[in-house]
Amino acid sequence: MTSRPIVEARGVHKHFGTLHVLKGVDLVVAERELVFVIGPSGSGKSTLLRCLNRLEEPSAGSIVVDGIDLLDRRTDINKARRRIGMVFQGFNLYPHMTALGNVTLALRKVLGLPRAEAEARGRVALERVHLSDRADHYPSQLSGGQQQRVAIARAIALEPRVMLFDEPTSALDPELVGGVLAVMRELREDGMTMVVVSHEMGFARAAADRVLFMDDGLVVEEGTPEQIFGAPRHERTRAFISQIERH
Amino acid sequence: MTAWERFADSFLNARVAAEYLPKIVDGFRLTVVLALLIVVSGLAAGLLLALVRSLGVRPLNWLIIFVVDLFRALPPLVVIVLLFFGLPAAGMQLSGFASTWLALSLVLMAFAEEIFWAGITSVPKGQWEAARSTGLTFVQTLRFVVLPQAIRLTIPPLTNRTIAITKGTALASVVAVQEILGAAHAGVSFSFNPTPLTLGALAYLVLFIPVVVFGRWVETRFAWRR
Repeated sequence: MTSRPIVEARGVHKHFGTLHVLKGVDLVVAERELVFVIGPSGSGKSTLLRCLNRLEEPSAGSIVVDGIDLLDRRTDINKARRRIGMVFQGFNLYPHMTALGNVTLALRKVLGLPRAEAEARGRVALERVHLSDRADHYPSQLSGGQQQRVAIARAIALEPRVMLFDEPTSALDPELVGGVLAVMRELREDGMTMVVVSHEMGFARAAADRVLFMDDGLVVEEGTPEQIFGAPRHERTRAFISQIERH
Repeated sequence: MTAWERFADSFLNARVAAEYLPKIVDGFRLTVVLALLIVVSGLAAGLLLALVRSLGVRPLNWLIIFVVDLFRALPPLVVIVLLFFGLPAAGMQLSGFASTWLALSLVLMAFAEEIFWAGITSVPKGQWEAARSTGLTFVQTLRFVVLPQAIRLTIPPLTNRTIAITKGTALASVVAVQEILGAAHAGVSFSFNPTPLTLGALAYLVLFIPVVVFGRWVETRFAWRR
């Protein structure tokens, strides 16, 4: 764990007009580390995550992912994004393509693989999310949990150096959450570096190396899951934890 | 002569029909060519404008919106007449055929741009984000992710609009193009009998009923399954 960090975000600010959403956030993620980000809605956690692959343009600060300075004007952002997988709350699968089509599009168009090779790799990715038998299904024919697993396959097929999860289970019916979390757990065991914005505390306790609590655009507190969930130091953290624990 | 015989003699006169049928067939061919040219250039130009608009360059977009609103507001006949009678004053002479083609292409372009644009903007932002997050470029995302969905949504309104505007080829008769209506009109003048108009109407039905049926098929075929 002494190698250089995979993600190194320093002093990240983000303004949306007059709204100051991120007020100087630092986030450093080591290789193979799983960092959990929690916080009330509007705390800026999703915006922070979206800054890490420049879906949002930070107003100030620096973001280096796998040694690439994302905010350098000379950086080819499309090339950099191959190394950063992202999974969204709403899955965002392409409805006009099959599961395999969803997974292979970037393999073919971004990596330039021939169709046969892309499909072979795509099938491996689908196997990793236990959906080999759904390769030819369209998103509308899949359950929410299956759709999210296809979305995970779409991201990991590119063999990214880090995976970003933006509330991956928030849009799912409770009985479908488990399958997605199981896949995430396996990814973790395979050594994937992950940043997860989520309120799945059970998963955080079991799998996270570190938990960040964000509020009002700042990281208020960070520590191991035991510290943050068991003995939060800050008042705001305590209030938030007790709130989500009541559910 | 009974009323029916008088009617038949006027509108279903076999002798007149036989005499003018070849002219109507020529007009039919001309209409088909004109309509196809308008559909191809109008839809292509409309799609191109919508794609340029998606780049989000402000001054360019204002220009596009101005041009589109202009041609949506002007009656097609006015555009045809302006090009045919107005351009010579500016030192450019367009034939009746070319004037009609250009005018109706511009009108179809304007409506098609709006329909394509509506389709593009109706594709959720999450589709863009998912595609861009995998490293696809703006253009690749537009081409492989957004347009296939947008076009699917736009096919029914686009088909209707295309049919409506290609029927406007009849307006070319005003600028002396011998398309179906022009040929039929000339036939009426020469024969003092409206039967050529009956033939013309039949020719339009032969031409457009398959198009309308095709439009209906397309609508059901591309109905969006979610």
